[in-house]
Amino acid sequence: MDLSAFLLQQFVNAIFLGSIYALIALGYTMVYGIIELINFAHGELFTAGAFIGVIVLTALQQMGWVETHFVLTMIIVFGLAMAYVAVLGVALEHVAYKPLRKSSRLAALLSALGMSIFLSNGMMLSQGVSDRAYPQVFGLNSIEIMGARITNGQIFIILLAVALMIGLQLFVHRTRLGKAMRATAQNKTMARILGINIDLTIRITFMIGPALGAAAGVMVGLFYGAVRFDMGFIFMIKAFAAAILGGIGSIPGAMLGGLIIGGIEVFWAAFLPSAWKDVTTFTVLILVLYLKPSGLLGEGTTEVRV
Amino acid sequence: MVRQELKKIVVYTFFLAILFIPMLGFKTPSFQPGRVFKTLGVFVAILIFNFIVKLIRSRRKAGEVQKTPLTERAGAWINQFPKIYTLGGLVVLAVVFPLVADNYMIDVGITCLIYVCLGLGLNIVVGLCGLLDLGYIAFYAVGAYSYSLLNLTFGVSFWAALPIGIVLGMIVGCIIGYPTLKMRGDYLAIVTMGFGEIVRLVLNNWDSLTAGPNGLFGMQRPGLYYPSFEESGFTWATYYLKSLPALYYFIFFIAIVVIIAVRRLDNSRIGRAWIAIREDEVAAELSGVPTTWIKLLAYALGAAFASVAGAFFAAKLSYTNPNFFLFMESCIVLSIVVLGGIGSIPGIIMAAIALIAAPEIFRQLEAYRMLAFGAIMTTMMILKPEGLIPASRRRHELHEADEKKPTE
Repeated sequence: MDLSAFLLQQFVNAIFLGSIYALIALGYTMVYGIIELINFAHGELFTAGAFIGVIVLTALQQMGWVETHFVLTMIIVFGLAMAYVAVLGVALEHVAYKPLRKSSRLAALLSALGMSIFLSNGMMLSQGVSDRAYPQVFGLNSIEIMGARITNGQIFIILLAVALMIGLQLFVHRTRLGKAMRATAQNKTMARILGINIDLTIRITFMIGPALGAAAGVMVGLFYGAVRFDMGFIFMIKAFAAAILGGIGSIPGAMLGGLIIGGIEVFWAAFLPSAWKDVTTFTVLILVLYLKPSGLLGEGTTEVRV
Repeated sequence: MVRQELKKIVVYTFFLAILFIPMLGFKTPSFQPGRVFKTLGVFVAILIFNFIVKLIRSRRKAGEVQKTPLTERAGAWINQFPKIYTLGGLVVLAVVFPLVADNYMIDVGITCLIYVCLGLGLNIVVGLCGLLDLGYIAFYAVGAYSYSLLNLTFGVSFWAALPIGIVLGMIVGCIIGYPTLKMRGDYLAIVTMGFGEIVRLVLNNWDSLTAGPNGLFGMQRPGLYYPSFEESGFTWATYYLKSLPALYYFIFFIAIVVIIAVRRLDNSRIGRAWIAIREDEVAAELSGVPTTWIKLLAYALGAAFASVAGAFFAAKLSYTNPNFFLFMESCIVLSIVVLGGIGSIPGIIMAAIALIAAPEIFRQLEAYRMLAFGAIMTTMMILKPEGLIPASRRRHELHEADEKKPTE
């Protein structure tokens, strides 16, 4: 394989990984935009989605649906995982965030962190400490473009991620609820005065963000072939880095940040010792926060808030 | 009114029960109907618990039963004795403990005291200065590794390595602290979390220095020096603290020093500056508090205490590896600080003993330890954010806020 094909291959991998990070980062950004708090349990919601995915997919595979109704299987798997995690997200908001909406930031952060520890250990207890294998549904078929191999799974996942992101953009910019969300993010008091149901808006945000994370969880499971109770932690920090890099609170920023972080990680692993790739991502996070905390596409207001 | 309250409780319980679903385990391929009953059981249990909490709270609100909480009454009961007796009694209890306990219990005691040091150190950063640090365990790692490396490569003794370890810890604290100075709470939390991971990954990956995941072993125990007048004349002989009781007394001594230091800091000018920063950074800055330096100092001092604990930990085990310093450890230390009462020294000591010793006593529940820690953290924040034994200053602050918002 010559260099240009190698680079192209890495580029494809970067887009693939980046779109997964972007999906998770969207959850952070949306929640942050609305309540100005980081959802610490987001990584756990992502993992919960991956586990629901593996449970449903295994069941459907045993029924033989993967071979006969592939598209329907995928719809059921992603649909159930996203729906379940959406409910979990609302429950999380109601239990851990709502009672603390008027308390200090530290209290809300610690409460969310407590939920994160609780959920991750709950998953450990119920699903076991070791890796759970994902059924391999995509096979090894791949297409070649100019020497770079793209597997069917990768194509499917990238397309789905893009579709979800476009869907989100349409939802936020074209629907009433989306408008309510944007208004709440801008000025909560004003939105309330204008008759927007803040509680409902926050709840919807806590449904959509985690649901996107759950989709990302299923994608990770499908591609890497295994899930683990604590995989949310590393994805969480990276997706957070992506959200910050793009400018927290900004939806296109989260997508851009995801792609950049994915790119950094893939190209670092391709040319430099891959054991250090996580260190690089975390360092990027710290550098961005130090040098430009408002991110690439963030609004100017973030600077004041930070 | 009552119906509304009831509806609120039922809704809250419903959502809480949903959060418990991951705990109940839906594993493919078999679906056991027993699990459904378990789910319902959990639901009912939470419902009853919520009713009780609500009942107690509403009665307290209505002013029918104006009782002070149990912990405060206990505190008042203790306070009627002269302070020197209570403290003396506790110290005697701690000193006598290794004489009556078996080796296993002493080991648990040592772990408790290590966590007391860690909790008090983190208390400076989180409790006094209000900076949420989720990578605190990194400083513990710095202490452990600096002693290990100094001792293994240069044969430096524990006492000589300790100040070096403290300085290294403080430097790392400043390195973490400096870029995060301008950040707000949640950014800071994530960055410190990332930093904690970086330290662990560096220890894990830098094979040539730290032996990677295998860890370092063979460090000397801390030694005590005493003059000896053998036939060869006057020399210094070394007594290595190898037995568990000896190590226990040693960490007990360290813990006492840490407690006194933190107490003095708390009541000093610096301590008041930290609290001023926690309450309102801009106002503190305008009142002439050099916020940059004071915040860096909080990091550095917190790191120094963790570094001492880390050096002792490595010396005690004579072994260290990167997996001792996982993110979960930071969470354990943080839950100690939260449970005990943010900023409260006796609270943190009690919480460290409760959270570390209790899982050792109820061994069969070990697996549920972290689950409980997480639940405790959230519950404490919602029901009693000032902790079990609140620092008096902190309690006034928090309840002042309550009075301002009677609607919630």
